[in-house]
Amino acid sequence: MSTTVTRRPSAPPVREEQPRVEEHRPQHTFGRILAVVAVWVVGWAVLRGHQTLSLPGAQLSDFQKWLNGVKNSFDAARETNPAFKIVGGISDGLNWVFLHLQYLFSTPAPGRPVPEVGWVGVLAILVFVAFALAGVRCAVLVLLGTLAFGFLGYWQESIDTLLITLLAVLICVVIGVPIGIWMARSKGARAAITPVLDGMQTMPSFAYLEPLALIFGIGTASAIVLTVIYAVPPLIRITEHGIRGVSEGAVEASRSLGCTSPQLLRKVQLPMARRTIVVGVNQCMMAALAMAIIAAFVSGPGLGVPVMQSLAALDIGGAAVSGGLIVVVAIMLDRTTTAASERAELLARAGRRHVQTRRIVLAVLAVVTVVAIYVSRLRLSAAQFPSSPALQRPVSTFISSVTDTVVNSIEKATTAFANVVSYGLINPLQSVLAASPWWLSALAILALAYVLGGWRPAVTALVCEAVLLGVGLWNDSMITLTSVLVATILVVIVSVVLGVWMGRRRRVDTILRPFLDALQTIPPFVYLVPALALFPPSRFTAIVAALAYGVPIATKLVADGIRGVSPTSVEAAEASGATAWQMIAKVQLPMARAAVVLATNQGLLYVLSMVVIGGLVGGGSLGYFVVAGFSQDQLFGKGLAAGIAITALGIMLDRIARHAAARHGRV
Amino acid sequence: MTQTRTYDDQNDGQKDGQKDGQRGGRNDGAPDGAGESALSVRDLWKIFGARADKVIGTPDADLPRKQLQAKTGCVAAVKDVSFDVRPGEVFVVMGLSGSGKSTLVRLLTRLIEPTAGTVTIGGEDVTKADAGRLRDLRRHHVAMVFQHFGLLPHRTVMDNVGFGLEVRGVAKGERRARAQEMVDLVGLAGNEGSFPDQLSGGMQQRVGLARALAVDPTLMMFDEPFSALDPLIRRDMQNEVIRLHHEVGKTMVFITHDLQEALKLGDRILIMRDGEIVQIGEPAEIVASPADDYVRDFVSDVPRSHVLTLRYVCRRPDGGDPGEGPALQADEVVRDAARQVLAAHGPVRVYDGEDFLGIVDDEDILRVVVAEEEAVGS
Ligand SMILES: Nc1ncnc2c1ncn2[C@@H]1O[C@H](COP(=O)(O)OP(=O)(O)OP(=O)(O)O)[C@@H](O)[C@H]1O
Ligand SMILES: [Mg+2]
Repeated sequence: MSTTVTRRPSAPPVREEQPRVEEHRPQHTFGRILAVVAVWVVGWAVLRGHQTLSLPGAQLSDFQKWLNGVKNSFDAARETNPAFKIVGGISDGLNWVFLHLQYLFSTPAPGRPVPEVGWVGVLAILVFVAFALAGVRCAVLVLLGTLAFGFLGYWQESIDTLLITLLAVLICVVIGVPIGIWMARSKGARAAITPVLDGMQTMPSFAYLEPLALIFGIGTASAIVLTVIYAVPPLIRITEHGIRGVSEGAVEASRSLGCTSPQLLRKVQLPMARRTIVVGVNQCMMAALAMAIIAAFVSGPGLGVPVMQSLAALDIGGAAVSGGLIVVVAIMLDRTTTAASERAELLARAGRRHVQTRRIVLAVLAVVTVVAIYVSRLRLSAAQFPSSPALQRPVSTFISSVTDTVVNSIEKATTAFANVVSYGLINPLQSVLAASPWWLSALAILALAYVLGGWRPAVTALVCEAVLLGVGLWNDSMITLTSVLVATILVVIVSVVLGVWMGRRRRVDTILRPFLDALQTIPPFVYLVPALALFPPSRFTAIVAALAYGVPIATKLVADGIRGVSPTSVEAAEASGATAWQMIAKVQLPMARAAVVLATNQGLLYVLSMVVIGGLVGGGSLGYFVVAGFSQDQLFGKGLAAGIAITALGIMLDRIARHAAARHGRV
Repeated sequence: MTQTRTYDDQNDGQKDGQKDGQRGGRNDGAPDGAGESALSVRDLWKIFGARADKVIGTPDADLPRKQLQAKTGCVAAVKDVSFDVRPGEVFVVMGLSGSGKSTLVRLLTRLIEPTAGTVTIGGEDVTKADAGRLRDLRRHHVAMVFQHFGLLPHRTVMDNVGFGLEVRGVAKGERRARAQEMVDLVGLAGNEGSFPDQLSGGMQQRVGLARALAVDPTLMMFDEPFSALDPLIRRDMQNEVIRLHHEVGKTMVFITHDLQEALKLGDRILIMRDGEIVQIGEPAEIVASPADDYVRDFVSDVPRSHVLTLRYVCRRPDGGDPGEGPALQADEVVRDAARQVLAAHGPVRVYDGEDFLGIVDDEDILRVVVAEEEAVGS
């Protein structure tokens, strides 16, 4: 649900359009916030525990019961309604395609004990593609990664994850690139589609799980649609950005030579935007992979299944192995597409001799690949991944025991930290938010929205609050909101400290940045594993995972902001004898305020998506209901309602944060 | 806006045969019909902004640019411009930044749509052409060279130069042959396989030049082609344009804000301010009799002796043609004529062809040279 497409350093800086804001007087803002909070706290102290609208977990509001009814009528209509014929057609088509891909590469084909192409063949194909697109180093990486699939005992699941991701990305490209081009070339299209993309990106993926399942049924088709919905917006945006970024001069010169519109697109805009579009495909792939685990909720195939099972059983070793393999897939895809985008230019410019040598090498490798495929169809040993050495058990046991040891030895510290945050931050905040009468919290949030962002976000907040009330999950939403706020505060603190450090010291930056980049390639779910290793399942664990997920992006933004402070100002401050602290507090941070505000904004959105996912590891509330909705039929309505509530919460926070950022972020 | 196109027409006869007489089609009288000029512009307007077409014809249209913008939010980039360009001529448009030069040149092939007025190129009304005709015109008749080159970074020099032909659908072999010819012509032989970012600015602009020449246009347009280059290379490129003009004899519309460049290249110069024409005339004429203070300011730094011709320096003697002494032609530049005039005893007679124009003596020459010294000294 990240609203950003700047997840990776290679991504072009797509600046979000800043919303129009009203004039503001900053000196009053802080005082007004304090006043609102003071009134809120006083009200809470007097009226605590009254009219909190809390609803016990198994109990359903009328609306939620009605949703259950809707589900039943959907299920009934599936057989008869013509609209479902179309949906059913799409869903059957997707299922069919994927099933046959599986027969081809991962599961036993009908009438055979093994897939059509055995593991040796698959390995050869992957390595060949990596080499052709991205060169030797990537090919080696892919070779090792693919072998790891097998040796760690998840061959079929890993290949399934790869297949479903690639299939989804293919669909994304087919849909997304033309839309992006269209948006770049037509103002009307841009105006019409941008809000839709905004909506898609603000909505946490958890929120549309249940509606999708309702429409497409449980299974692969739902998983693919889910992935496409999540992964296509960044591709569309980056494609549009790439095409629009083509230099005016080149376009004008081409027009002056009498280019037709299709010629312009084919000969000028697409080639010049190619690199950016490949970056878009890369982002799309990473987003698709982020869905790999969530897809398991709708019985999507792949590595998500073992990760979920291990998480549910609190088996850290197992979760680490299968989650780790998702990271391996992510790294393989990321490195390959990144290298491909960088090499495309080089290859286009290579001399003729080089091109010929390359052709020969590729031809030879292609022959080798074909032979490998052929062999893998003939011999069982080349078709079925060897069962030894089976590293899965030893590796997961090893990880479990190591984490146990580590966790035990630092348990005192972690418990203390957990307690400090729980008692010092979470509990009081949650009490004020959730134990106040609903109308008091609602009014206070409205007032804060107005003070921070003006009347526009206040109106949005009003609508969203009405939705939260309407779906009957007010109290749970407040609890989720608490976690989001706490995690965001922690993200900001950590990222400002790290970011300032990185911004001021080149060396620190060179050392930390690759780690941050790597962390950003990891699908969000995987962050739950280490969090769960360190802390018992609780709200706090979800917050820790959210912290880990939100910090990299926020830190990079702060660091870039600090780095961007004009050297002249720094020099001037130095010349007037400022100490390091004075420099940070009086020059660098204030001047990088825009970056800090942006980091807060982004951190908030990342955190929201993670806190919701954290429902799985004891975070409770909205995220938990979404999950529960799948496992328990009678809770389906509540899960669906929770999805709606998450969306409302997300939109509310996003709008407030964006308007506040636009208002206060300008220097 | 004191000078209009009547100004232009009035002076045509007087200027004919001046400057290099070898340029074809120049000696046969003033082009008063659009049919004879390579390019003819009538009452051309461009107003940027919403509801721009509503402005023309109202009293608002006469407001100065700032006031119009304050009142309607529209910017009048080009205001009621008319002029003609003769075949084979180098026609320079100059003016300060923001005076509407780039807009004007883009209106000519409708890279920007005019708000009102007509443009006629080679007898065809461009403003009435449909998309197909317009594309045809751009593909075959008019080519443009841009300030920032506008090269395609993903194509080699060769493919950039051949781009116009490729767009036109010329077969590959023919295209390459023609592109090679152009690459040689602009002196880039040996760099065919390079990419634009591997070339220096000057070389990149040569590619731009070759690309424009490759389509063999009848009219070439240059929008400040050399202002992004450093002075030495700029001079090289100016000489290059002069050489190409001699070799291929194209009609050229050349935009610049550099007066030296304008004087060096231009057969005639159009000076713009805030979208309007201030003066049109030959270099010497503009230097000799600036239409207003704006132009006078513009030309104040010019070494007058390098530009002024005897035509603007000579005076009518009281007694008509003295009939004796040395004679010089009217289009002789003062600097070149100075030695002869100073060496002569008594005044030198100035002729425009066969016609007697007047006499110059040492005094007249010195006045030009000394005025220049004073201008530099002050
Ligand atoms: N697309 C546009 N929309 C609105 N106003 C424009 C647009 N293009 C140009 N203008 C305005 O029209 C006027 C003339 O611009 P133009 O670019 O033609 O000037 P110029 O003489 O080429 O200047 P320069 O020497 O800086 O290139 C300027 O005031 C400019 O602000
Ligand atoms: Mg210009």
